[in-house]
Amino acid sequence: MIDFTLTEEQELFQKAAREFAETKIAPHVPEMEETGQSWDPVIKELGAGEMMAITIPEQYGGLGLGYTVRMLALEEIARISVATAMMMQVGGLGIDPIVLFGTEEQKEKYLPGLATGERFATVAVTEPTGGSDPKGCRTTYKKQNGSYVLNGRKCFITNSHIADVQVVLALDEDNPEAYSTFILEKEMDGFEPTHIEHKIGMRGCNTGEIEMKDCVVPAENLLGPEGKGMRVSMTAISESGRAGMIGCALGLQTACLEAAIKFANERILYGKPISRLQAQQFKIAEIKIDLEAGRLLGYRASATHDKGERAGNEYAVAKYFTTEAAQKAAKMAADIHGGYGCMEEYPVTRYVRDSFVLGPSAGTSDIMKVIVSRWALS
Amino acid sequence: MLSIVVCVKAVPEPKAAEDLKIDPVTKAIPRHDIPLEINPLDRNALEAALHFKEQAGASITVISMGPPPAGDIVKECLALGSDEGILLSDPAFAGADALATAYTLAKAIEKLGEVDLVLCGRASSDGATEWVGPELSVFLDFPVVTMVREFIQFNGSSWQVKADIENGYRLVQVELPAIFTVTQDLNSPRTLSFSGIIQSRKKEITTWGLKDLALPANTVGLAGSPTIVSKLEYVESKRECEIIEGSLDEKLDQMIGKLVEAGAV
Ligand SMILES: Cc1cc2nc3c(=O)[nH]c(=O)nc-3n(C[C@H](O)[C@H](O)[C@H](O)COP(=O)(O)OP(=O)(O)OC[C@H]3O[C@@H](n4cnc5c(N)ncnc54)[C@H](O)[C@@H]3O)c2cc1C
Repeated sequence: MIDFTLTEEQELFQKAAREFAETKIAPHVPEMEETGQSWDPVIKELGAGEMMAITIPEQYGGLGLGYTVRMLALEEIARISVATAMMMQVGGLGIDPIVLFGTEEQKEKYLPGLATGERFATVAVTEPTGGSDPKGCRTTYKKQNGSYVLNGRKCFITNSHIADVQVVLALDEDNPEAYSTFILEKEMDGFEPTHIEHKIGMRGCNTGEIEMKDCVVPAENLLGPEGKGMRVSMTAISESGRAGMIGCALGLQTACLEAAIKFANERILYGKPISRLQAQQFKIAEIKIDLEAGRLLGYRASATHDKGERAGNEYAVAKYFTTEAAQKAAKMAADIHGGYGCMEEYPVTRYVRDSFVLGPSAGTSDIMKVIVSRWALS
Repeated sequence: MLSIVVCVKAVPEPKAAEDLKIDPVTKAIPRHDIPLEINPLDRNALEAALHFKEQAGASITVISMGPPPAGDIVKECLALGSDEGILLSDPAFAGADALATAYTLAKAIEKLGEVDLVLCGRASSDGATEWVGPELSVFLDFPVVTMVREFIQFNGSSWQVKADIENGYRLVQVELPAIFTVTQDLNSPRTLSFSGIIQSRKKEITTWGLKDLALPANTVGLAGSPTIVSKLEYVESKRECEIIEGSLDEKLDQMIGKLVEAGAV
């Protein structure tokens, strides 16, 4: 039987995440917006609030709660700060490959610290040669004296300057078919975060470049089998990566809906609130329809994932739908605000900017369509 | 180890205030279908209990009287760290005023056995009578200190607290077992945590009805409530802006006149 309701416990997790976002994250948003940085306090809060532990198994210090709870939490955090949700989401993308492919030693070494937030993670696949084509990867590795030596550059990496643990995809210098994934640590010689990006939105979310110059990585930091790096790094991106962007998009859509309703009820024209004008009601209805549909798509995918089944296709549908819907929602919410929708005192301007950053991460909308069409045609 | 009871009430979420409807006959506000939350001041009471538990060890039992959906509020208290939850729920308990509520709560507390401390919020956000704590004191024959803002000395059996009073405070020494009603200045209540929710999986909520407390039906609920609500009405708050013209003196005279007229000075 199909049951479209959250369990009582899921509702409680949702409530906990909402309280967390409203009390612990909201106070930092203005400074993050103003400086484009100031991410340290929210990174600490994410750890203290157990947000990084959600999908880590209990035996490694995590909560073992799965992907629906993670999506609900991201949604609540993104409702307050998409920038913070993004850092949490990609932090999880550094964690997942270790959970899925790590050796017992790697799990014991990294997961407990990542669960408490004492350490933070990321995944670094994208290069200037193109994110949609990970096989264009130019970062190389070679074996040397029982270790691996990495050289190359990654761009658009979330948490580039924060993450102590970075899961990095590289190509075998001697074999253009063999990709491998490695766990790098911030302190390793030859590893350096370099440029920090200034983005149109998600201000206060750390995005930047990292560089590996003869970076020596111990053999035990190879993650998953050698030569299977594409699967190791892309499995997490295509499942929890897309799931995370869905959570971010749903949270932003909720924020847009709330801002639209608030303004429409408060703005008086022709002697009555503009929420009585059908043209404005219809915009609110469209935002709501997309949000309801997006939730069903997103939670369906995460519930499938939680059952231990593959959900990459379902996530691709939901990722496409929700990130596009978030842009539409932000535009409509800003439109309802009239001229005020252009003034930065109104959070809706932030939502418009943030909505543009949701698309490319974890695969663009075009790439989602490539995946969905492949699914449909298969 | 201290045995603490915290009385919590499920009250309508402030966001739902506009959807509240007054029953034209009973003058009660039915709580079905409205989102409920823990009465905010009861969260301060629970926080105090959790603080004592962390300091010196204590067992915390939360008691709430309300319709079955109030069980969610009890569940939340378990997730926040209380050890046991009791929901007093029975159609016979419906429509209780402060006296009948305090009586039912007192009977449940007696049923629990030895209790050192009963903590309540100073008032509920919907009823706001501030009577339940003092009336519990009568039924349980425990001393009560209302409006506690600080626990100064809380070891042993004789506690010292600072409690509000108009334009000042009282320092009160009291022997346990005792009842304290608390204000929001006492502490900042913690928020729900994920691991707290997980730990609460093992905790059970016990539901007690009229039979479990072995009470005659005419002592509880509407039947046991001497309070008569003669009228309950919707208040529309309207603001009007009036610009006073004239010289400064004239404006002042006019303004004082208006304040006197409105009964404000
Ligand atoms: C805020 C932010 C954070 C990010 N964080 C990370 C991170 O932590 N780690 C990481 O590895 N990467 C990260 N990325 C990178 C992200 O994954 C890439 O931006 C994305 O994969 C697209 O790659 P690209 O930017 O190089 O665009 P390109 O791949 O160059 O795409 C350019 C255009 O071509 C289209 N296109 C490409 N291929 C096809 C196709 N087959 N069919 C039709 N159209 C196509 C695209 O849709 C797009 O419109 C982040 C990006 C952003 C914006």
